[in-house]
Amino acid sequence: MHKLLQDKPSETFFLLGNEAIARGAVEAGVAFAATYPGTPSSEISLNLFQMSRESDLYFEYSTNEKVALEVCAAAANCGVRTMCIMKHVGVNVAADALMTLAYVGVKGGLVIVSADDPYMFSSQNEQDNRYYGKLSGLPILEPSTIDEARRIVADAFELSESLKIPVIVRTTTRINHSTGGVVFGNIAPPKVGGGFERDPFNLVTVPAVSRSLHVKLLEKIARAEAMASSSEYNFIDGGGPFGIIANGVSFNYAKDAVRDLGVEERVRILRIGFSHPMPAELIGKFLAGCDKVLVVEEGEPYMEEAVRSIAQEAGYTLPIKGKGPELFSRLFEFDPQLVREKIAVYFGFSYTPPVKPDLSDIPELPQRPPNLCPGCGHRAVFFAVNTVTEGMEVVKPTDIGCYTLGFLPPLSAGDFLICMGSSTGTAGGFSRCANRKVISYIGDSTFFHSGIPGLINAVFNNHDMTLVILDNRTTAMTGHQPHPGVDMNAHGMAGYNRVSIESVVRGIGVEHVSIVKPYNLKKCMAALREAIGYKGVSVVIARQDCALQIKGTKKAAGRPFAVSERCKNHRTCINELACPAFYLEDNRVKIDAALCTGCSVCAQVCPEGAIVPVKEKNKQK
Amino acid sequence: MDVTRLIIVAVGGQGNLLASKVLGEAARASGVSVRMSEIHGMAQRGGVVESALVFGAAESTVISDGEADILVSFEPLEALRALRKCSEKTVLITNTKPLPPFTAATGRGTYPDMETIRSRIRAKTARLIEIDATALATGAGNVLSVNMVLLGALAATGLLPVTENAVRDAIRETTRKQFLETNLKAFELGGQAAK
Ligand code: SF4
Ligand code: SF4
Repeated sequence: MHKLLQDKPSETFFLLGNEAIARGAVEAGVAFAATYPGTPSSEISLNLFQMSRESDLYFEYSTNEKVALEVCAAAANCGVRTMCIMKHVGVNVAADALMTLAYVGVKGGLVIVSADDPYMFSSQNEQDNRYYGKLSGLPILEPSTIDEARRIVADAFELSESLKIPVIVRTTTRINHSTGGVVFGNIAPPKVGGGFERDPFNLVTVPAVSRSLHVKLLEKIARAEAMASSSEYNFIDGGGPFGIIANGVSFNYAKDAVRDLGVEERVRILRIGFSHPMPAELIGKFLAGCDKVLVVEEGEPYMEEAVRSIAQEAGYTLPIKGKGPELFSRLFEFDPQLVREKIAVYFGFSYTPPVKPDLSDIPELPQRPPNLCPGCGHRAVFFAVNTVTEGMEVVKPTDIGCYTLGFLPPLSAGDFLICMGSSTGTAGGFSRCANRKVISYIGDSTFFHSGIPGLINAVFNNHDMTLVILDNRTTAMTGHQPHPGVDMNAHGMAGYNRVSIESVVRGIGVEHVSIVKPYNLKKCMAALREAIGYKGVSVVIARQDCALQIKGTKKAAGRPFAVSERCKNHRTCINELACPAFYLEDNRVKIDAALCTGCSVCAQVCPEGAIVPVKEKNKQK
Repeated sequence: MDVTRLIIVAVGGQGNLLASKVLGEAARASGVSVRMSEIHGMAQRGGVVESALVFGAAESTVISDGEADILVSFEPLEALRALRKCSEKTVLITNTKPLPPFTAATGRGTYPDMETIRSRIRAKTARLIEIDATALATGAGNVLSVNMVLLGALAATGLLPVTENAVRDAIRETTRKQFLETNLKAFELGGQAAK
């Protein structure tokens, strides 16, 4: 049985935040869930996916976040308890659906998880999605601890049903990827609803309908504000004259700081866990008892702005600070010491900073950046493109996936990236303005996610571009989730269909389409040369299973390669291909047989033909 | 209760996530409160993995620079890189077997020599415990049990609020049957090497 399905109420388990969130949903009787994977949210979906295979839960990987939310909106409007999971930037993709779904509302509880990523451990920006609460009107709940994440998710379903609108649970990476004790609650039976009832004058958002729906939404927001002021997730700790207002993990740092500084008697902390709408009444009462207030929040001054305006309305003149040059930054994430120091400085508590080691005599250390795996098909494609475009002026828009790592030298495969799918859309602008040949890179999963409209645009407007679709038959970057192009039968899962990338591309009307195997460099380069020479839209589909996913399976390439005495030490292999299986020993190139997948690409690159398969009997270690 | 802050750094694939899981389980079974956080972005693509474990009465799951009580590194260069987490009170345990990053392995950037690593760590921390964990793991019968060797060394220092026995039990709980024997052997070898 899946560990999160165990019926063991009151027992403590040591869980990852994302597991606790999935457990909270199961305890609330979630019956339907959809997602597009994205770090740091991915393990929530992974666990729901696993559980759906041994329970009545319906789970799907949708093509993108907007589709996932639309699928969930319909389920929730049939009365089903539903969860939709995405990373923070995924909410941008889903925003069109989100904004008007707030008007239409739901019948069964709908919880949307937005996993924010301060410091951008694995994201292209660190936007603060609490503003989506303000923008859409939807309530936001934010946990501070792992156990609270479980509880808050379960309660979010109740809140959603009582207000009849979706509720956003906003986390940050340090909740998603932290582990702590979680006390299991009871599992409610899945709430499956009673089908759909027609109600077009409330559900079809033509202007006349939306006008009345917006009125209703404002009433719900007012009710939500009153609920926020009495919510168990907004509470006050301590009773001193110095006030701290904090949310999420910042609350933990503030609490530890107050204890470490020994100022428990002098400080009161208001923890905000129900952060949209902000609990005006509760904040007003809190301010009335304070001489001075510090707002501790990562990201934007979301709470600080609200607290100031509440104070202004009540006529309070006490100092309220948060972001500022001497205080907190809007950048990156906080840590305990930073919060301790700022609290001490702002309130004038005595404080001894930790003595950090003097690191000035540490030599410059070689970096250890993540790298495309040995045998990754993307590397071969990038090398092939670099070779056939030598001496040409090119611009290479790239996209989001493992292949983004190829932007570093020596492959230098990537000149522009803003968001999922941008490689196809931006290609249009570059083809008109860059005075360079446009070669875009996109992965298979990203192509389905949001690459298709840009390609249609390029065909319609007759842009001159080559799109290279790196088809590794999985969503590798986030942990090998399926996507519409994956053969689910091959993974032992029935009941799915498969969408062929080639048919989509041809169906769009792309006339120059070729399919290549990256490990065959010669043919790959020939196809690329032709495609790049073509005036108009050409597509090259480079198909090679993800080397990491097939490692250890029958599909893996085979025997490792080794460098023979024929090597003349030109180092074309290291300098232009840079497979991480290479290393230097006594100034000679060697291949680590334990890392080499036997893809044979380096053997094709070596001008001396010096790289050869290892003979079985004297396989080197 | 006092707070003990432990950082574990490793190169993706070295098994440090299992090590922190074992410690979490040992703490849970001993009734010691513990929280941890992991930054494992792209671990499988050869990046650095850092786990922070906070034992005792604290709420945070993150450890600030200069505030680790103990630092365990699965690789000497990464021990040096993680020195910012340490202070003159920190006990640092490191595997001595280098795993040069691709940059250094191919002549871009220089891997510092062991003497530099040793002297810098000694100068800036309370104590350095060096363990050839890779050799001991191989001796125990499985080169992949580097994590267990280092756990053994860590538990033997007596600095954790959990006993060696509790860690041993947690290894029994969390590791697969087929590796249990080599894992326990590796754990013992690590413990002996640290004493
Ligand atoms: S996980 Fe797969 S796609 Fe990603 S770098 Fe490794 S081999 Fe390439
Ligand atoms: S054959 Fe060459 S390029 Fe392929 S994995 Fe082995 S060393 Fe790397």
